[in-house]
Amino acid sequence: MATPTQLEPVTLSNDEILRYSRHLIMPEVGMEGQLKLKAAKVLCIGAGGLGSPLALYLAAAGVGTLGLVDFDVVDFTNLQRQVIHTTADVGRPKLDSAAEKIQAINPCVNVRAFQTRLTSGNALDLFREFDIVVDGTDNFPTRYLVNDACVLTGKPNVYGSIFRFEGQVSVFATEQGPCYRCLYPEPPPPGLVPSCAEGGVLGILPGLVGVMQATEAIKLILGAGRPLIGRLLLVDALGMKFRELKLRKNPECPVCGPHPSITRLIDYNEFCGLRGEEKAGQSNLPEITVEELKQRREAGEEIFLLDVREPHEYQICNLGGHLIPLNDLPKRVHELDSSREIVAHCKMGGRSAKAVEFLRQAGFQKVKNLKGGIHAWADRVEPTMPKY
Amino acid sequence: MKILIPTPLRQYADKKDAVEVNAGTVGEALTHLTSHHPELRRHLYTEDGKLRAFVNVYLNDEDIRYLDRERTPVGEGDTLSIVPSIAGGSPDL
Repeated sequence: MATPTQLEPVTLSNDEILRYSRHLIMPEVGMEGQLKLKAAKVLCIGAGGLGSPLALYLAAAGVGTLGLVDFDVVDFTNLQRQVIHTTADVGRPKLDSAAEKIQAINPCVNVRAFQTRLTSGNALDLFREFDIVVDGTDNFPTRYLVNDACVLTGKPNVYGSIFRFEGQVSVFATEQGPCYRCLYPEPPPPGLVPSCAEGGVLGILPGLVGVMQATEAIKLILGAGRPLIGRLLLVDALGMKFRELKLRKNPECPVCGPHPSITRLIDYNEFCGLRGEEKAGQSNLPEITVEELKQRREAGEEIFLLDVREPHEYQICNLGGHLIPLNDLPKRVHELDSSREIVAHCKMGGRSAKAVEFLRQAGFQKVKNLKGGIHAWADRVEPTMPKY
Repeated sequence: MKILIPTPLRQYADKKDAVEVNAGTVGEALTHLTSHHPELRRHLYTEDGKLRAFVNVYLNDEDIRYLDRERTPVGEGDTLSIVPSIAGGSPDL
């Protein structure tokens, strides 16, 4: 399959030969394969959930050059799954933390860190310097950007994505194979597919999927085995079931088809409808701050608090609100009295905004959104309340 | 025949991960599914009744776009998979 663009005259020192001995004694790798790994340049987009195991294993395997792209900082909630980062790294740029661990595992790896957001302005130049791109990102606009840039620069895109306890893995953007757009020509409208922060994710899942991505990258470099080209691997961690679906190259694909209509990178936020979503967010939805709510409750005012989170969230912390999970609201709206003042809240203000919109359309005139949700309450009003 | 419901859509299908339906074609199977679980409809179909582009439907391991789409005949032992795009990670809000 895809091999490094140029087999540079690399050699292995005695130390490296000893380090990689378990590779070298296998005919599928051998000296030839290990030299290919050393000559290879792999770009990892994202040093988070998927990027963590990916970078660790590619480094251990002896990939010569590892590029890392991430602009984010290590957050406490990342540690549940982003195993390249430790407790001591909280607050540090993910790249600094990741580069350090990679070099500690394998000082022979040339780490190239790009502390930047991947954009239409920098992707093409960046991708041209590498042989393979591995997509470990966490949002739709970047996935389409990565895919299109891979097709336009001719670099394979090792794709992995996760949600809760399910994952998908494939290899896109090879010459004969499909690209991401062949599978998903259009992104979902924002808000239709929840994210990890909203839906949660089993900590082990990016570990499982990220190592599969590392495996595919290594197979492409070695030219060994059967890479997941034209194959979508579906992982169900709860059932421990693995299924495979056939992927075809879409003859009418706007990016990788014979008559492409997309020949340069576009505005991916706009493509994914996020521009529109921002405008909607600035609409005049009636809001109340956590400070105001506190004041008015303390003054004895009769405010009906509607909590639109899930029962398991209510158990973590709550404001004593009446719990109706957002998805149940349409069938339980009769539990609400439209003559009373209602303040809707969720964790951060997003779901409750949707609840307020729904209630207003249903004729409720006295309903407001708690800006920032219970998170803001824990931040500014009640610091002993747990955050999650 | 069995219809497999992916995780992001289970909340709209009474938390089920699979649904059994009787149908002769893919289209019929999906219609049965959305009539029992109407909230699924807007996630699978646009307002003018077309299957959404970020949702793929597979009959066993083949994408129905490369078979006969909703007219593809289905049998007792077949499995329909709904495969939506997922991206993990960062919240929209």
